[in-house]
Formats: sequence, C-alpha cells, structure tokens
Amino acid sequence: MTAPVLALDRLGVRLPPGADRSHALQDVSLAIAAGEILCVVGESGSGKSMTANAVMRLLPVGVAIDGGQVRFDGRDLASLPEAEMRRVRGAGIAMIFQEPMTALNPLRTIGDQIGEMFGIHTGLGRAAVHERVQALLEEVRIPDPVRAARAYPHELSGGQRQRAMIAMALALDPKVLIADEPTTALDVTTQAQILALIRDLQRRKGTAVLFITHDFGVVAEIADRVAVMQHGRVVEEGPAAEVLERPRHPYTRQLIAAVPPLKAPPPRPLSDEPILAIAHLSKTYRTGGFLGRGARVTHAVRDVSLVLPRGGTLGIVGESGSGKSTLARCIVRLVDPDQGSVRLEGTDLATLPRAAMRGQTRHIQMVFQDPFGSLNPRRRAGELVAQGPIVHGMPRAQAMARARELFALVGLDPASADRYPHEFSGGQRQRIGLARALALEPRVLVADEPVSALDVSVQAQVLALLADLRLRLGLSIVFITHDLRVAAQICDLVAVMKDGEVVEHGPAGAVFERPRHAYTKALLESIPGREFGGLAQAPA
Amino acid sequence: MGWVRGYFRSPPAVIGLVLLLLVVAMAASAGWLFPRDPLALAGRPLVWPLDNPRFWLGTDNSGRDIAAQIFHGARISLLIGLVATVIAVLIGIVIGAVAGYYGGAVDTILMRVTEAFQTLPNFLLLLVLVVVFGSNITTVTIAIGVVSWPAPARLTRAEFLSLRNREFVQAGRTLGLPDFKLIFGEILPNALPPVIVYASVVMAVAILLESALAFLRLSDPNVASWGNLIGLGRDVLRVQWYVSAIPGVAILVTVLAVSLVGQGLNDALNPRLKGR
Repeated sequence: MTAPVLALDRLGVRLPPGADRSHALQDVSLAIAAGEILCVVGESGSGKSMTANAVMRLLPVGVAIDGGQVRFDGRDLASLPEAEMRRVRGAGIAMIFQEPMTALNPLRTIGDQIGEMFGIHTGLGRAAVHERVQALLEEVRIPDPVRAARAYPHELSGGQRQRAMIAMALALDPKVLIADEPTTALDVTTQAQILALIRDLQRRKGTAVLFITHDFGVVAEIADRVAVMQHGRVVEEGPAAEVLERPRHPYTRQLIAAVPPLKAPPPRPLSDEPILAIAHLSKTYRTGGFLGRGARVTHAVRDVSLVLPRGGTLGIVGESGSGKSTLARCIVRLVDPDQGSVRLEGTDLATLPRAAMRGQTRHIQMVFQDPFGSLNPRRRAGELVAQGPIVHGMPRAQAMARARELFALVGLDPASADRYPHEFSGGQRQRIGLARALALEPRVLVADEPVSALDVSVQAQVLALLADLRLRLGLSIVFITHDLRVAAQICDLVAVMKDGEVVEHGPAGAVFERPRHAYTKALLESIPGREFGGLAQAPA
Repeated sequence: MGWVRGYFRSPPAVIGLVLLLLVVAMAASAGWLFPRDPLALAGRPLVWPLDNPRFWLGTDNSGRDIAAQIFHGARISLLIGLVATVIAVLIGIVIGAVAGYYGGAVDTILMRVTEAFQTLPNFLLLLVLVVVFGSNITTVTIAIGVVSWPAPARLTRAEFLSLRNREFVQAGRTLGLPDFKLIFGEILPNALPPVIVYASVVMAVAILLESALAFLRLSDPNVASWGNLIGLGRDVLRVQWYVSAIPGVAILVTVLAVSLVGQGLNDALNPRLKGR
C-alpha cells in the first residue's frame, strides 16, 4: 500500500460527563491512501459520524479529542491551532453531508456558495471564479449548469443539491473527501447516480474518500476497503471483498446477516377472498393561488385500485413523492380521498362520516415510521397501548391488563409498561407502536415505513416479529416502504407506485424477478450492492 | 424531575424564587402583623419613615400606616396577578388550541379577532372596560385578564400548529380518539411548557396594569393596593416622595421576582436553549 494521505492513530474522543459512555471514540486507527475509498460502517451510536467530525475538528460543545493523532500532510490535525485548521478545511479535506438542504444556505444561490470556496481560499477574480463554478457544475453533471448556478437551494431537487454540495467540496481539489451518509436522504435511483458520480470523480482526481454509511449495500457498491465500527471502536478492517464475504468479527457477521437479500422467499398460499379493496382512489392537493390563479395542483394519488387478500401482505413501494404515504393515510382516513372507495369487508371507509369512521378504527390500524415522534412523550407506555381499547369502551383496569399481555406478545417486558417512551430504544418503541395498533384487534394493519428509521439488526428483529404476528393473529397487512429489500422479504404482493399511480403490481416473486415496467426495472437496478445480501442463507 | 435540579442551578432563578416567597410571606402574615384595617386612620398624616417606631414605613397623606398597606397590598397584587393570569391563559389556550388544531376558516376568524384585540393598546381597552363595568376589585381583575389573552393564544396556536401533524397525534386519530381528547389530552400537555413560562410575563404585566389603573385612581379605592398608595402619593410627590416610592419598590421587587422565576423555568424546561 502507498503512503496514506490521512491516517488516524489511536484517536480518542471524550464525551461530556453524564453521557451514556465515557468516550465516543477509543483507539480508532484508520489509514486512507490516495485514490482509495474507505467505507466506515456501523449502526447508530457506533461513532462513525464522530470520526468524520473529529478529523475535521468539528466537534459539539463538551466533546473533545483526548488522545491519539490525525496525521494529514505531515501535520497532526488534532493539535493544530484553529486558524491553521481553517485553512485545511475545504482546501485540504472537504466534507459532504447527509442532508444537502440544511447544509446549503437557503438565502444564497448555488453559484454564489460554490464561488465562496474560491473567495476564501484563493485570490481569483470574479470572472475566473464564475468560470470555475461553471466548470465544476458541469463536472458533477448537474442538468443545465448555467441555470443551476443562479438557482437557490430550494429550486433544485435533492439529487441536484447533493451534486452542488459535491461540486463545492471538490472546488479546491482536496486530497481527502469525507462523505457522511451522503446518499441516505436520497431516493434509490438518485442514490445510484450520486454513488456513480463520487466513484467517477474520485478515480479521475485520485481523491481519497472517507465514506461513512450504515448501509452494507452501499459498501458493496463503492468501497475499496471497509472498517466496521461498534461502540466507538473499529472491530474489523480490511479489503471490501474480504470483509463482505468472509467477515471475521461476530459483530460484522451479525450485521451482514441482517441485511435482507433482494430475493423473495417462496410464495405463501393466499386466500381468494379480499379483505380490503381499494378502487379508483384519488387525492389531489391544491396549494397557493388566489381565486384560482397560479395554484399548484399535485396529484398525490391517481386512480389507484388494489386488492388485499385476507391474511396477505400487500407491499406498496416507491420513491419519495410517489404518493405511497398519502395512499396509506387515505386508507385509514387520516386524509380524506377525493374519489374512489376503500372497502373493508364491504364497508366503504372512504365515504363514512367522521363519527362512524371513529367506530371503524378498531378494524383497521396503523403503525407509523418515526419511533420517536409516534408516541406521546407525556404518556406511559402502558397507557399508550391501553388508550385505544379505553376509547372503544373497555374498562380501564381491563385495558391496562390487556396492554401488559400485548407487551409480552411483541417481546417487551410487561413490567416496563409504567415507563415513559424516552426510556425505550428505537426498536422497543416501534414494538410499543405495534402493540398499540394490535390492542384493538384490527383485521387490517397499515404499516407506513415501520422499519425505515431502525438500524439493520433491529430492523431484522421487527420484521421477524411482524411476520410471526401475521401468522399467529391472521393479520392482513398493507406495508408501505421505499426499501425493496424489505419489501422482498415480507410482502406477498407488491405494487410499485410512481407519481401517484400504480405502475406495476403482482406477486412479489414475479415483480422482483421479472419486472415488466421500465420504472420497476430502473428501481431494481439502482439498489446498491444488488448481488449482496445472499449471505444470510449461507451457513455461518 | 430533572428540571427542578436544573432550576436550582441558576442563581437568578433562585433569587427570583426567594423574592417571590418573601412577597408571599408578606401577604400571608399581613393579617397577623397588622390585624387592623389597613385603610383606617392610624396616626398623624405624612410621618416620615423611621421617625415614629409605631410607623416604621411612615404614614400617608391621610394618616394611614404605609407598612400595613404594603403588607395587605401584597395580597391584592398577588391575587389580581394570579387570577388575571389564570383568566388570560385559559382564554388564550382555548382560542389558540382551537385555532391551531382546526386551522382553515376557524383559524382565520379566531386570529382576526385576536389581531383586533392586539392592535388596540390593551391599557386603553382596560380603561374602557373599567369605565363601563365599574371599578371594584372583581371587575378590574376580570378586565385585566380579558385584555391579556391574545399573546398566550398566539403562543398556544404556534405550538399546536407544529404538534398537530406529529405522528403521535395521527396515531391518536387512527385509534378513534375524538377531537377534544386529541386537543386537551394529547397535544396540550406537550404545548404547555412555553405557555406556562409566558404566564409569568402575563402575571407581571397584570400587576403593573392594576397599579397603572390605581395611579389614575380608576382601581377599587376600597382595597389597600400598592397602586392606590402610589396614586395617593402623587399629590405629595415632590416633598413626601416616600409615599409613592415605597409601594413602587414593592411592585418593582414583585415584578422582578415573577420575571426571574419565569426565565428560570424557561431555562430549566428548555435546557437546549441555554447558553445561546
């Protein structure tokens, strides 16, 4: 291996007293050579983002480097004075972030913000800066670079914003690029493009890339070498092919085994009798405009017809803005549809008056995405679960007893029913959400991205729980997700949505193996590390 | 209760609490230390403080004991402050919650009404109310509460706007909870901390409003309030300035105490905002 451009040597980062552990990072040693992509993977709290911030010396108040070195360009960044450090940031080591919308200043144009890099670090004149900005925007293949330079961040799409961020980061030809989950907030097709762009630019310029991610698919797609982090330590490091195919550390093995393979299991027998039938459902949003002029019309859901057989699981997949969440909210009437019907065992929910719908809620329940936002922080966990039965007329004591039974059913300690939501982990909270939905003994469960906010290993546990409950309680599930791997694992039927319409639907195996619609094909091809994830079946 | 410890870590908040407890102690001990009617004649008029051991804060222009009026006045000021604040915050919460939760036309109408109240200087409105409904202590207190609700209403509405689309509220709706349970059982407890903090500002303003009314001799003349004493002292302000100054200091201390407590609560309940 050639001499590393950036080397971390037994780096330690101390957390303020009272945190859940004493050190965010301990003895972290990593080295990146020019022209190499090192992926740092780990679950939330593993210290992977802290590593990136420590290199840039952008640590939160109270958090400080307390040992080790960060060697770059013959100097130790850990002990460099702040003024010197400012010259390294951007010019020597550049960084791109997860959410380009918040990383860009909303009040300044893209061209202005990229040009600022030259203004700070070089003495170029206005015309020269303008020229360089145009060249950079062309290099990151942003559509219509002249217009993009004059645009404000909100006028660009997420992918275009991330391209602009990359252009800004590469403006001064840094030796090292740190990318902190740069594609996590993006749709899968955009993610594939951005990953290709990063790899292409890195090859041409010979930049060393420190790529932080939680997604093993992305690792398989882009990494030359991989470092796996757990609890602030590097537990395994090596060439990508080796770590992915022959992981040595048990934690790495566990993480890799938790990645769902992109192959549907053999189909289950399905009932012919529909329990939920959606017909010609439409929802249109009209925003802005005065007296009908200049109004923006969004067809969130357009003429969707789908059938969920009794005991089956219908997956609705699509990218952000495809209307899948609006569809879920129309089904449970959080949103009133404009047209069409949602028949639950013959009752049309779409046209029920509000009061009658409140009575029907016991038959159709919803599980939400955000394990932090979906539980009222001021109620005890047991109360949250008992709330539904109490509203529907169950005496309080009986409802609380039922809540404890449900805690056991979803794999939580019934004694923890007296605790508040913030005392539970993300996965446990999602179990509480599930228990709350099941408390009313619904026939249909609508799950809106129930595992998207969870780490892979927790995600695997919650999916297994869902599959188990589906069998034991005979639940029929509408499962909304953007993650095709997850959809492949749990869904019997899959419907692919784009721009409010269902473009393709059918049995999961057929859709994943023989996609007919061009968009479905594009989606499947964009999944990072497509071939990866079969390891779960391989003997450990 | 981590926020209680956070509260006691801030010296200004502790000072505020001590001052406030002092005023409460004055109000509580008034009947015991000064059992006589504070508005009864006690001695010669305009005795300077410390001149006569019987009247250590002196007497006013009609010969009434200033110390007795200050102690009994603490009751009136705290009572007016508390009751007016409760009225203002209750009206504010209901209007803000309904406007924020339902949005749309309901919100538009309620907010226009709120704006109408806000554009009128609330002291002028208070004067009108007192002139129309008379100036006994009950009407004055209610009137102060009625002119002070727009700010808590706006605050509650802003909190509701950000909370109503949170997933836990939607989860409540999918469970079949009726609207009033969602508003008062689910959203309000989460929207309350900033409103409670703001209530301290309302209380300080309520005490000042009553004093201002009394200064103009428009408050209830039959109770021993600090404002009444300042109003009386106006006639002798240039020579016997202490008649106005002593209740002025009492008002200053009380308002300061209430504000410090409010600020301390704010820092303790929103620890992330501290140090900005």
